[in-house]
Amino acid sequence: MSSATLTRSTAQPAWVLPSRGRVGMFSLIAAESAIFTIFVVAYIFYLGKSVSGPTPKDVLELPIFSTICLLSSSLTIHLAVRALRQAKVGVFGLWWLLTLTLGAIFLVSTGREWHHLIYDKGLTVSTNLFGTTYYSLVGLHAFHVTVGLLAIALTMILTFLRKVKPEHSERAEVFSLYWHFVDVVWVIVFTVVYVIGR
Amino acid sequence: MKGHGQTRILGRNKAGIAVWLIGALLAAPLCCAAPTDPSQIPNIFAPQSTPAHSIFRLSLLVLAITGAIFAVVFSLLAYSVTKFRKRVDDDGREPPQVYGSNQVELAWTVIPILIVLVLFLATARVIHSIQDAPQPPRAIEVIAIGHQFWWEFRYPALGVVTANELHVPVSNSSSSTPTFLTLLSADTDHSFWVPRLAGKTDLIPNRVNHTWIDPEQTGIYLGQCAQYCGVQHAKMLLRVYVDSPEQFNHWVEEQKKPAVASDAVVEGRRIFESTACVNCHAVSGTIADGHFGPDLTHLMSRDTIASGAASNTAENLRAWIQEPDAIKPGSLMPPMQLNKKDMDALTAYLLTLR
Amino acid sequence: MSSESIALSTVGDARPIGERLHDWVITVDHKKLGILYIVYGLIFLIIGGIEATIMRIQLIVPHNHFVSPEVFNRMFTMHGTTMIFFVVMPILFGFGTYLIPLMIGARDMAFPRLNAFSFWMTAFGGVLLYFSFIGGNGLYGAGNAPDVGWFAYAPLTARAFSPGHSTDFWTLALLVSGVGSIGTAVNFIATILCMRCPGMTLGKMPLLVWLNLIMGGMLILAISPLTAAQIMLSIDRYLGGHFFDTQAGGSAALWMHFFWIFGHPEVYILVVPAFAFASEIIPVFSRKPIFGYPVMVAATICIGFISFSVWAHHMFTIGMSSYGNTFFTVTSMIIAVPTGIKIFNWLGTMWGGKIHFKAPMLFCIGFLFQFLIAGLTGIMLATSPFDWQLGNSYFVVAHFHYVIAGAILFTIFGAFYYWYPKASGRMYNETLAKWHFWLFIIGFHLTFDFMHIPGILGMPRRIYTYEPGRGWEIWNLIVTIGVFFQIAGVLAFVANLLWSLWKGETAGNDPWDAWTLEWSTSSPPPDYDFAATPVVQSRRPLWDLKHPEDPDWKYE
Repeated sequence: MSSATLTRSTAQPAWVLPSRGRVGMFSLIAAESAIFTIFVVAYIFYLGKSVSGPTPKDVLELPIFSTICLLSSSLTIHLAVRALRQAKVGVFGLWWLLTLTLGAIFLVSTGREWHHLIYDKGLTVSTNLFGTTYYSLVGLHAFHVTVGLLAIALTMILTFLRKVKPEHSERAEVFSLYWHFVDVVWVIVFTVVYVIGR
Repeated sequence: MKGHGQTRILGRNKAGIAVWLIGALLAAPLCCAAPTDPSQIPNIFAPQSTPAHSIFRLSLLVLAITGAIFAVVFSLLAYSVTKFRKRVDDDGREPPQVYGSNQVELAWTVIPILIVLVLFLATARVIHSIQDAPQPPRAIEVIAIGHQFWWEFRYPALGVVTANELHVPVSNSSSSTPTFLTLLSADTDHSFWVPRLAGKTDLIPNRVNHTWIDPEQTGIYLGQCAQYCGVQHAKMLLRVYVDSPEQFNHWVEEQKKPAVASDAVVEGRRIFESTACVNCHAVSGTIADGHFGPDLTHLMSRDTIASGAASNTAENLRAWIQEPDAIKPGSLMPPMQLNKKDMDALTAYLLTLR
Repeated sequence: MSSESIALSTVGDARPIGERLHDWVITVDHKKLGILYIVYGLIFLIIGGIEATIMRIQLIVPHNHFVSPEVFNRMFTMHGTTMIFFVVMPILFGFGTYLIPLMIGARDMAFPRLNAFSFWMTAFGGVLLYFSFIGGNGLYGAGNAPDVGWFAYAPLTARAFSPGHSTDFWTLALLVSGVGSIGTAVNFIATILCMRCPGMTLGKMPLLVWLNLIMGGMLILAISPLTAAQIMLSIDRYLGGHFFDTQAGGSAALWMHFFWIFGHPEVYILVVPAFAFASEIIPVFSRKPIFGYPVMVAATICIGFISFSVWAHHMFTIGMSSYGNTFFTVTSMIIAVPTGIKIFNWLGTMWGGKIHFKAPMLFCIGFLFQFLIAGLTGIMLATSPFDWQLGNSYFVVAHFHYVIAGAILFTIFGAFYYWYPKASGRMYNETLAKWHFWLFIIGFHLTFDFMHIPGILGMPRRIYTYEPGRGWEIWNLIVTIGVFFQIAGVLAFVANLLWSLWKGETAGNDPWDAWTLEWSTSSPPPDYDFAATPVVQSRRPLWDLKHPEDPDWKYE
């Protein structure tokens, strides 16, 4: 059967389907949410079950500053994408750099917190159930932040090389969905670990 | 439909020949198979205890319902395949193109839901009756601890510790003495399954499980571990000895006694207590107090060794101590590497532990 | 289409063999990747079959010494892991990748490079798993093939009970192939939602496309719990973590929950594409449209959702409360309703039709019969007290092989024969295919019908030998005999595929007089799939073309 007979006639209404990038990114986010859910469930399940060693109340302090940085970076990335859509590549670059900086501050902060926990408080991944579940959950999130920052840094380099154009705003927006996801996960992790769990 | 060669079901003759061939193949071994003592078959459909009976009755309902469903659907399938096959004299026209039918689809949605409802209600009652059965005051309490690859049984109220062969009193209308077991594990997951007495319940480390049996007839009931626990999972066998009340009391009295201390086997006992045996095994009344392996105080009161892997004879005992891997490869008992003289003495000692 | 050209390559491809192979390695074309997935799966089918044969020979008589307990335990672990992750999943992904763009009138998948990446990740995972065999005894004692069972319960997988690296091969191989699976799922979803040709609304897609969309959605949510649990296991084994360390207060049951939250949806992920094949083949060979398309879609969506709520029916014996057991009994029984509806709809499709008994249809009829039985034994297992007896016994092994071999593999065979002409341009040999069918179905029933009986008589699974005198001997003997018939059938199948590549008749575009878009292209389709994007008005665009006086869009 020849496919030539199945052609488009001119009187059809517009055929609009969702964008691939957006659907793909939402699917990826769904998968990642499922992973995080399991780690959060494990964390909650093991609250109060450590046989020995430090408890959350003993050693955890609210990471307010780093949280503000990370959540603000969601705002800055949103502004960056908006600027790019409006063809203001320079403004885009500035907000993008700010996002990178805020994310980096968050990571450094987490690193310092862990240094303190390990060397001053004696809490490692093998200390007890709290240590195992805490470092795994926060670490998984930090890993996702790292991957995101690598992508942001790469884009930053491309921006400096003048390779990033307004027609890339769609891709930047799809990426920003990932970044927003990372922030939403932090809100949940923060609530479960530092608020409810302590 | 465009044809490519003849459209033919494989000739009935060929299928018939195949059936006869298979019949012959199967008949041969059937003729040579040794008859099996039916009481030794751990058949879930030959229950001898209340939990097993409850499950069996429920299973009859389930089988009846599923059997009926099978009969109906299979008939429809067989009918469709024969009645609506393309005939040899087909005119090549397409049959009426039917897209669906709301009434029919509604019917075959509602009826299964009703069937599920009936099944579920019947099931919920049985779950509750077995799992939430209260423990009567006269029940025998046993703590079963699963090990790689043997069973430890403790009777805390009676002061008895034994291994692999569980003795319980018969429990019927004249004397109701069910046995309630607490299930623990010393290492990995195991599962306690004696099909004619109850469904299986797992033994999971860091978790306390419970099960119960009330065997109504004396005899020996076979089972084995039913959760893969490592290399010798297959030989972690179970024997439940259901005794008459007198037999059971006699057994308890014997088990409570400390180990027989016979002067004739002093040498063997010295060997036992000065080699690695005492690291794993306990013999009450002596310095041996290891808990990694079975308690040997009344070793010779048991019919089997190595959790059912071999019968308890002098020869097998020697073989087991000398080379456990020959009987149960991968078990955690190490070969003791004794010379012949020491092995003779040691075996003689063990044989006195009634 | 020149009949001398070797099928599967483009017409008159006279380039040197090195270049043609290189093409296959670097390809991002969905058709080539589909075939790579399928061939990969077939190779592992043979390997997994060898593992099964070894086990069955060991079990043919009690106290047999064909293999040691260590080897047997590796066999059942590898057989299960291989068949699920490196046979059925790749073959199903392969068919999906090949067919979805063709059925929706698209040029390729949404993310062709991701498609290639996913395939190679899956492929590497399988190689990594099998590398574990080499790792044993030599190579600095790095370990051997995993022997912890395909669901790798804790704490058997802890360092203390599984020293060496065998468990790690299992963990890493599945982590890697899991990444590939998620990639494939993302690709399926994006392709199906974003690349359909004009006129093909969601309600007009072929059922195969719908069911792969649902499968993709399930994959996205189901693989991640396994990935998470494996990361936790690795943290336990290498960083001293305590997720499943019962000595430190960890929970063995937690692993079971996480694993089965993956594991149960996983088996539905395996069966839904099998439903898809049946839903394409049965209508064409009954010469009627699928009966009740909207309900078929709705029932499958229900199955997708409910499958995430039944997982602990694999854990009825671990000592959950009576409320827990009751809940999972309910959900496990409820899922039988949409599943049963689908069987009725397939029957309704055949009813009043004109059934052509070609190989694809024979296998689908076998599927219907066997899936019915599998579903019914599933209901028995859903009844949790009954499961306290039947669980972890050979009854369960018989049940799930009835589903995976009796239902899924049968539709896969049907799909092979149905789409082989499209992919290769050649017809397979119908007589040899019928030999395959009859040999295989006889072997299947010899093995898996009688396998239920030892389970009822108290024979647990995963045992390398069994005691004589328990009444199990004769059944094990019959079960093993059936294996050899199945081997013969599979050999006939492979021989048919290969022989027909060179000697089969030219197939033409549409040998089955079918109705979905892939049959409008040449066989094999050109690299670009469609010269012009098709426009459709109904679920069966080719029916509309062939029957302009009575098109589908007048009725639904």
